[in-house]
Amino acid sequence: MSKSRKTLTYLIPLALFAVLVGFLSYGLTTDPRKVPSPLIGKSIPEFALPALMEPTRQVTQEDLKGRVSLVNVWASWCPSCRAEHKALMEIAQQGRDGSFQVIGLNWKDERDLALEMLRLFGNPYAFSAFDPDNDVGLDFGVYGAPETFIVDRDGIIRYKHIGPVDEEVWQQTLSPLVEELKAKS
Amino acid sequence: MALHRPHRWLALLVGLVVSTATAAFTLEEYTFDDPAREAAFRELIGQTRCLVCQNESLAASQAGLAQDLRDEIYRLMQEGRSREEVVEFLVERYGDFVLYEPPLKLSTLPLWIGPLLLAVVGVIVLRRALLNKQRDPEENLSPEEEARLKRLLARTRDPQDSE
Repeated sequence: MSKSRKTLTYLIPLALFAVLVGFLSYGLTTDPRKVPSPLIGKSIPEFALPALMEPTRQVTQEDLKGRVSLVNVWASWCPSCRAEHKALMEIAQQGRDGSFQVIGLNWKDERDLALEMLRLFGNPYAFSAFDPDNDVGLDFGVYGAPETFIVDRDGIIRYKHIGPVDEEVWQQTLSPLVEELKAKS
Repeated sequence: MALHRPHRWLALLVGLVVSTATAAFTLEEYTFDDPAREAAFRELIGQTRCLVCQNESLAASQAGLAQDLRDEIYRLMQEGRSREEVVEFLVERYGDFVLYEPPLKLSTLPLWIGPLLLAVVGVIVLRRALLNKQRDPEENLSPEEEARLKRLLARTRDPQDSE
């Protein structure tokens, strides 16, 4: 075996190691908790649930159409929902002009506790659908609160954010998308 | 220190017994008239992932979501839906990640053929290395070492012979 070939042989493990490091460092930048939703690009699931504030009123997927919506899955027992609440209040304020709406899906919660949370911290939602038994959450593929779906005027799901929405997420990801969807007639 | 050890083992043992007991308990509520259907149900919840605690199957997880999904799968199977239909139902909502065994498609191809490919490459490299050795056994020996090797080999072939 010639000397240069021998050097080459020694370099093979190093090259393999470099490839491995490449894969692993890519792995560090991704969050395994964020599972991509198969619902992106599809119509929102049909649903019919009582509204949280008015139990006699029924809300359906039709209530989302005609306007860009942020559908926020939340619950009073969920600390991250509490954490994102302030940001949602500000986002809802920006939609007051009617350009978009924030809708709640109150998930696996108790009505009294949910209402209490809104009373204490304010209500960012145009309405919240009340889903204590995860009937509709299941169709939305919800696996943890909070989750936020962005739905266009035609009721097509365009994006799913997993975890709390904060100022940074809103400015960098959600807001540009909402603007883009608003611009489409 | 040494005195504490048996206690720790006992605590571990109790913990294990109690945890398996609760895990088994949660599944007893699912009863089927048809044993084949029950077997299919148990197999399916063992092969689907709880998305909250991602290293646990739906059968093993105590998370609220896993409970909801077990109930839903039970309901669907009681309605007479096939395994394929239930899997489709889950994948439509939660994506392929819900399955422990990913379906074979373009994006999962590396997962399926990657290990095979590595094994094939490994066998080729090993074969070449072995053949090289056979063709040119001890290339790095100096003449003195070679002479010594021959002497030693001759001795092992005929043990009676003394050096």
